[in-house]
Amino acid sequence: MSDIQSKTAVETIRDRSEKPWLSPLNQRRWQNFKANRRGFWSLWIFLILFVLSLFAEFLANDKPILVSYQGEILYPVIVDYPEEKFGGFLAVTDYRDPVIQEEIEAEGWMLWPPIRYSYRTVNNEIPAAAPAKPSWLYDVETRCGRYMQGADDPNCTPGNWNWLGTDDQARDVLARVIYGFRISVLFGLVLTAASAVIGVSAGAIQGYFGGWTDLLFQRFIEIWSSIPVLYLILIIAAVLPPGFFILLGIMLLFSWVAFVGVVRAEFLRARNFEYVNAARALGVPNRTIMFRHLLPNAMVATLTFLPFILNGSITTLTSLDFLGFGLPPGSASLGELLRQGQRNLNAPWLGIAGFFSLSIMLSLLIFIGEATRDAFDPRKTFK
Amino acid sequence: MSDVKNPLLSVRDLSVAFRQEGKETLAVDRASFDIAKGETLALVGESGSGKSVSALSVLKLLPYPAASHPSGEILFEGKNLLAADERELRSVRGNKITMIFQEPMTSLNPLHTIDRQIGEVLKVHQGMGDAKARARTLELLHEVGIPDPERRLGAFPHQLSGGQRQRVMIAMALANEPELLIADEPTTALDVTVQAQILELLDRLKEKNGMSMLFITHDLGIVRKIADRVCVMTKGKIVEEGPTEALFANPQHEYTRHLLAAEPKGKPPEADPDAETVLRGEGIKVWFPIKKGFLRTTVDHVKAVDGIDVTVRAGQTLGVVGESGSGKTTLGLALTRMISSEGDIRFAGCDIDSLSFKEMRPLRREIQIVFQDPFGSLSPRMSVSDIIEEGMRIHWPDMKPAERDQRVAEVLAEVGLDPSTRFRYPHEFSGGQRQRIAIARAMVLKPRFVMLDEPTSALDMSVQAQVVDLLRDLQKKHNLAYLFISHDLKVVRALANDVIVMRNGKVVEYGPSTKIFSDPETDYTKALISAAFDIATAPAGVVSQ
Repeated sequence: MSDIQSKTAVETIRDRSEKPWLSPLNQRRWQNFKANRRGFWSLWIFLILFVLSLFAEFLANDKPILVSYQGEILYPVIVDYPEEKFGGFLAVTDYRDPVIQEEIEAEGWMLWPPIRYSYRTVNNEIPAAAPAKPSWLYDVETRCGRYMQGADDPNCTPGNWNWLGTDDQARDVLARVIYGFRISVLFGLVLTAASAVIGVSAGAIQGYFGGWTDLLFQRFIEIWSSIPVLYLILIIAAVLPPGFFILLGIMLLFSWVAFVGVVRAEFLRARNFEYVNAARALGVPNRTIMFRHLLPNAMVATLTFLPFILNGSITTLTSLDFLGFGLPPGSASLGELLRQGQRNLNAPWLGIAGFFSLSIMLSLLIFIGEATRDAFDPRKTFK
Repeated sequence: MSDVKNPLLSVRDLSVAFRQEGKETLAVDRASFDIAKGETLALVGESGSGKSVSALSVLKLLPYPAASHPSGEILFEGKNLLAADERELRSVRGNKITMIFQEPMTSLNPLHTIDRQIGEVLKVHQGMGDAKARARTLELLHEVGIPDPERRLGAFPHQLSGGQRQRVMIAMALANEPELLIADEPTTALDVTVQAQILELLDRLKEKNGMSMLFITHDLGIVRKIADRVCVMTKGKIVEEGPTEALFANPQHEYTRHLLAAEPKGKPPEADPDAETVLRGEGIKVWFPIKKGFLRTTVDHVKAVDGIDVTVRAGQTLGVVGESGSGKTTLGLALTRMISSEGDIRFAGCDIDSLSFKEMRPLRREIQIVFQDPFGSLSPRMSVSDIIEEGMRIHWPDMKPAERDQRVAEVLAEVGLDPSTRFRYPHEFSGGQRQRIAIARAMVLKPRFVMLDEPTSALDMSVQAQVVDLLRDLQKKHNLAYLFISHDLKVVRALANDVIVMRNGKVVEYGPSTKIFSDPETDYTKALISAAFDIATAPAGVVSQ
């Protein structure tokens, strides 16, 4: 028995005269997060997908990544070269044009991304009327039947496959899913971050000062949050041309309210803690007390909420796109993909692609959120 | 250890282990003790010694399965309670063995009336009807000394004082005429005057009902007063056992001797009546309005502090004593301008009573506060270094980080902590060490006046003495003026030059501490002193119930 005791005593007395990179509390949280295998793996899968999608221009594009032409290295993804550089006359080069391709191949070489379509590239060589089935469902002759040299055409490569088929405007679905994933996640992240900043500040001020500030602010929030958001967006969308930032702004007007309640409650509770009084007695200004002493308390509640708000924002954007009031026509959007699936029931690959990309993204985020919540729960212990 | 014949309760080789994050910690290590019929056994030890855990094991009230018993048996009337099933345990709990706890507020259900809480015990264990239970409840309340019990039947816990709540807890514990009463620090949360009354009540009830008592406490004064035999516990082991008289007269184990020697000792330094006045308050009043009616008009005031004059001189200590609710802390907060008050406050010759919070900021460096609870007053998310540095960042914004770090190391050494521990977090320190950190946070700013709000009452006895010595040394070294607020007269006597005795916001007695302790003038002061030093009760009406 005494063995156990002496062993733990040795373990707790560690020489730490250096500043640890992570406070012990955060180290414990990180351990707890890692102990939730599902959340931990979801985080990695999500991070890989998200980082890949940030470089979508290098993954799926109708321009080559690198071109060597007459001994000169060109970067078509980054720079728009006029066609006259390659002997043409258009203002922007169409690298998918067989004439330009032959010209470049004759004078050098070019390196294509794995998928040779951008989200708005129309594939003129689809084997059937749009929407076309995924390319692997056709045999070689049908798949490349529209190219000039048929199955022997140099463009008859897997890079020109439509892995998930095309939509009803002959655009590649996989490319649209990649770009759509990126815009959805970015929209969600920006909206969540901005709402968190506004909501946490508002909640902090209400909770810390209390009294009349709190009372008036709470009544304002009650009125504000009773405005039906969806109808308001529909009305504003009819007046202003909807775009990424306009949508973000409108939704931001209402989404910050979700944070106020929890943060306010934490501040109300913690403002009478003895260590807050001790800081006041040291003469620490209110602003610093709120940031250094109270905010960490409220951060637990906020971080627990974050993933769910993030998911909510993504879903709202998707549903607006589905209804046709979201991002401008032609944008890569998962909601628009779902709408096409609903309109073209004869092309199930549209609906299936939209459904799976959305559900996988939302599930990953929820699993991460769940693991975060567990990690911050002081009572949860893992074996 | 079998000097007890026919013990009522016999604990043999009891061990308790707790499992947390994959690690097993042994809280109690093969403890054995016996309690005879009609005997009071005291289990004494400092916090973390395993005394409460041992007592909770008797009724299997620990959080199983996180807790486990690697060895031992607990024999009560010949039955092993550790091996008993839930049904058998229920017939013992609250019936033959009952418990009273430290905090009477949280042990009573705030939503039920007194009548219902005591009645429930009677109905469950004795199957009494409503009328019979009510009659018995009245009888019990009368027995535990609740005044006017008929009127108190419908009262909720928050309508009673701390002492009365503890009396109700005792009534509940006695309802089924138990064989054994386990009292887990029953008076720690109470005022000294009320503590004396409760102890007297417990002793009287024990004699009357012929029950045994297992009394858990950290206070040796109480042990000497109430116990027949004593077990001294430290680090999960019982190191010494014996009859109270013999153990106090001739302690065998080193730890027992250490405990007995741990009372705060020493005398304050000689008071120089001509020393510079650091802080002076005249006619300090803190009145909280009582608002009533739809228009919230002020109908009356709670007079927390009602016209008090104080003078604190450099290098000297003014002690403020009184029962809880007497306005001690409110007075201290008013003098340090943490709450608004009326009256004249002069600090080092300047009027500070009309300064705003912002205008006070430069003075905050010179006026420091050390709070009661060393667990609450340090932010759990900041390292010790950050906590101590915080004040310097505000008052000396131009100081270089290296110099700040240097000062943190110096002040930690000064309060008796290892400077190399400054990057650790508060939870890695014990209560006494945490209070030293809190003192370091105040001292690093080189203040002239320090308000100490019960800085020792959350600490173990032996640690209290060390903190008192530290405070006295610091005062001598830096010529500090202290305002020392405490309900513990032993500590006040060891530190204060002058004493204010407060009651209901007013001064009862004010004078040099030697005079107040040797020759108190008022009955109230006399009652406080006899309760603190002899645990004696005062005649009714002098102190609160």
